[in-house]
Amino acid sequence: MNMKTASAFAGAALAAAAMIGPAVAQDTIKVGILHSLSGTMAISETTLKDVMLMLIEEQNKKGGLLGKKLEAVVVDPASNWPLFAEKARELISQQKVAAVFGCWTSVSRKSVLPVFEELNSLLFYPVQYEGEESSRNVFYTGAAPNQQAIPAVDYLASEEKVVRWVLAGTDYVYPRTTNKILEAYLKSKGVKPEDIMINYTPFGHSDWQSIVAEIKKFGSAGKKTAVVSTINGDANVPFYKELGNQGIKATDIPVVAFSVGEEELAGIDTKPLLGHLAAWNYFMSVKDPVNDAFIKQWQAFIKNPKRVTNDPMEAHYIGFTMWTQAVLQAGTTDVNAVRQAMYGQKAKNLTGGISVMGVNHHISKPVLIGEIKGDGQFNTVWKTKDLVPGAAWSPYIPESAKLTADWTYPWVCGGCEKPKYN
Amino acid sequence: MSPTLRRIALVLLLALGAPAAWAQDLAAPLQALVGDDLAAKGEAMEALARTGDPRAAAALQALGDGRLFQRKSDRKVVIAATTRGGALTDAATGAAAGSATAADLDEANLNNRLRRQLSGLLGSLTLTLGDAATRIAAAESIFKTRDAAALAPLTAAIAAEKDARVRRAMETARAAVVLVTDGAEAERIAAAATVGARGDRDALGLLLQAANASPPAVAAAAREAAATIQRRLVMLDAAQNVSYGISLGAVLLLAAVGLAITFGVMGVINMAHGEMVMLGAYTTFVIQDWCRTAAPQLLDHSLFLAIPLAFLFTAAVGVLLERSVIRWLYGRPLETLLATWGLSLVIQQAVRSVFGPTNREVSNPTWMSGQVDVYGLTLTWSRLWIIVFAAIVFVVLLFVLKRTAFGLQMRAVTQNRAMASSMGIRTHRVDALTFALGSGVAGIAGVALSQIDNVSPNLGQSYIIDSFMVVVFGGVGNLWGTLAGALTLGIANKLLEPMAGAVLGKIAILVFIILFIQRRPRGLFALRGRAVEA
Repeated sequence: MNMKTASAFAGAALAAAAMIGPAVAQDTIKVGILHSLSGTMAISETTLKDVMLMLIEEQNKKGGLLGKKLEAVVVDPASNWPLFAEKARELISQQKVAAVFGCWTSVSRKSVLPVFEELNSLLFYPVQYEGEESSRNVFYTGAAPNQQAIPAVDYLASEEKVVRWVLAGTDYVYPRTTNKILEAYLKSKGVKPEDIMINYTPFGHSDWQSIVAEIKKFGSAGKKTAVVSTINGDANVPFYKELGNQGIKATDIPVVAFSVGEEELAGIDTKPLLGHLAAWNYFMSVKDPVNDAFIKQWQAFIKNPKRVTNDPMEAHYIGFTMWTQAVLQAGTTDVNAVRQAMYGQKAKNLTGGISVMGVNHHISKPVLIGEIKGDGQFNTVWKTKDLVPGAAWSPYIPESAKLTADWTYPWVCGGCEKPKYN
Repeated sequence: MSPTLRRIALVLLLALGAPAAWAQDLAAPLQALVGDDLAAKGEAMEALARTGDPRAAAALQALGDGRLFQRKSDRKVVIAATTRGGALTDAATGAAAGSATAADLDEANLNNRLRRQLSGLLGSLTLTLGDAATRIAAAESIFKTRDAAALAPLTAAIAAEKDARVRRAMETARAAVVLVTDGAEAERIAAAATVGARGDRDALGLLLQAANASPPAVAAAAREAAATIQRRLVMLDAAQNVSYGISLGAVLLLAAVGLAITFGVMGVINMAHGEMVMLGAYTTFVIQDWCRTAAPQLLDHSLFLAIPLAFLFTAAVGVLLERSVIRWLYGRPLETLLATWGLSLVIQQAVRSVFGPTNREVSNPTWMSGQVDVYGLTLTWSRLWIIVFAAIVFVVLLFVLKRTAFGLQMRAVTQNRAMASSMGIRTHRVDALTFALGSGVAGIAGVALSQIDNVSPNLGQSYIIDSFMVVVFGGVGNLWGTLAGALTLGIANKLLEPMAGAVLGKIAILVFIILFIQRRPRGLFALRGRAVEA
């Protein structure tokens, strides 16, 4: 490039910046999307980026918010936890986004948490997680343990008459905390310690032969046994394949999973998985007009009639609806005003109910138990009558049982033991 | 269940002479089968089985196969030819009812409780007819459900049975039912012994259950039989773990043997080795995908097509990498490491962009599915074939290195590049070909790994560390060392896993390797000679 063209380029760029820059700042509300588009977590998070783009596009078709268009700002934290914090800072400080929708793993959420609290911005977190947290700057639209794990165990105990439990998980914070809660819960229900087997495996564990054999051994003690799986992501496929290989059927030892959804099943042969269970707050197979419309819209947006929808996508759908309503109600995108407007905000979920945002920043959701069908979809076999409000702190962990999360007076905290009156 | 099974049920029930008057009573229970009320569904299944109507049996069979639907247009209960629709039969009348695709049909759903109940009902229905395997399967399903109602048909079936193997299965099933139902004590004690003779985990579970709940004499007999099985299983468990270890060793060998060539022989620290494995797995996916649309009859044998193509493709990519990047970095291990690591990220992201970030489905051919029992040892076919495949790859590689002109040139270049060059060997060409060979072998490892692991852009990453461990532990530059290293690590891993858990087991192995390398920096089989000193 010679000097002349270089300066021409620079000039054009400057002019463009001068023209578009201020115009953008005035006419749009920026929404940050903080999902990994590369690296190990891209498998799950790319979809959530796409669904956010779809929701924003639709909102713009309706005329945007407060007379302004919404503008999506997509960044790629590349499955790198420290990079999540950097990108969050970039979104809030430089891009001045009104809210951020993002994160998948708990470790990425923990990594961005101090940034959101320091800069006082809002994060909408769409994935089921281990609970034990309530930040003033995060709205948790995924399930807390009482909205997924506990009802699933109850279902197995009552419907399948399970008395012996294998808690199998990947070795990181979500399975460890969930299993701690489940262990305490099961013991409180009179399950003996020798009837609980806890097993952790590394991320991406692919050779399940000896562990599945252990489970089989544990399950042949003459008592009905079930596996509660918090095994994450990629490790699931070889796990289920090995179950099939060793002839463990769902009718013998059912496996209930908290991290296996439609998206994960789309990549595998589901024949050996028939009848195994998953607990979620949403299944694509739920028959509801809102859900049908959402699926149709998603498949049209992504231009693929075979793409599936899943639970975290619904969580973003609910979170985004609530946020737009809160902005309209507050009449501004100011974080403090929007946060106040969020409490008690109601939005239709995709399973025919109306979710409510609680003062502990968690939403109410129905709990669904589904059995895996041959086509990779779930057949809902059980559903809570009402929506279950999310609990930030588990009553089954002694030190958490004392804590209350309530961001309104007289508490105004994410976890304290006593209310404070002014 | 197979169509033969369905036919058998039909014949059986026709033979019983179902009165035609019952036909109209089918409509209500059939509607209940496609309804949402699970309790009503269970009752409807029982009611249908009781009618003895062949159409009812056909409907139950279809329900078990996932071929029973409700047609959306007229709410009629129909049986489809396949789980995806096809030609329809009216379940109530048995008349043809046109055809439809899955989109026009609502599937009759089952949950696990109903599935168990159904398999018990079908078990009693199919006990006396069909081939030996069908009858054994029927007995097996009664063994699992232990349905007291199955006792009478089972006793009748045993009296009529001529095949000793089937008879034994039926007697075990009958003993299982007797053991858990209230009956004469002596009969139950004898049943405990019969179940005990089966000797596997299912029998053990049943005996322990009986030991907890029965009158004292029966419980004692059950406990004794259980103890015998447990003693046998302790031995079996150890053997089983070793077999798992060998299978993991074979996987490690496959993943590492290509690296043994590029790293071991050429000394190139190739961090992109795992990506070659991944590309091989994706080649398998592409070929299966092509087979599915263009030549479905080839699908079961697509792996044989995938092996040479994966080899050629990854070898070509290997040559490209070697010629474009790696050859400029010979003798500079640190830069090679960084450059190949960068390349691995580039390849991963390229695959992610082309195929998407989600897992791709590579199906197991039928001859690789299922398991085989060898004296109580369960070996899965996919693992067995991978062991065989790893052995073949290893022997072929050994042959290439030791018995061919190319192998000779390769070893000459490795041992003394200058001398080899002055002997007229085109060292650059040998470098490129060696790298291609290593990459190609990684590619065919990918074909094998696609059968047991996820085909995703991250596939390679999970194997690269293990591969380096195997090569370094076994001794750089020695194929036998790689074999010994892979098997040692595989077996040690599998023996540690049940004791210490997968995470601690892995840590223990790493610590062991670190200590081992301290003592013997050149690994198990150290290469001697001038090249080592250089």
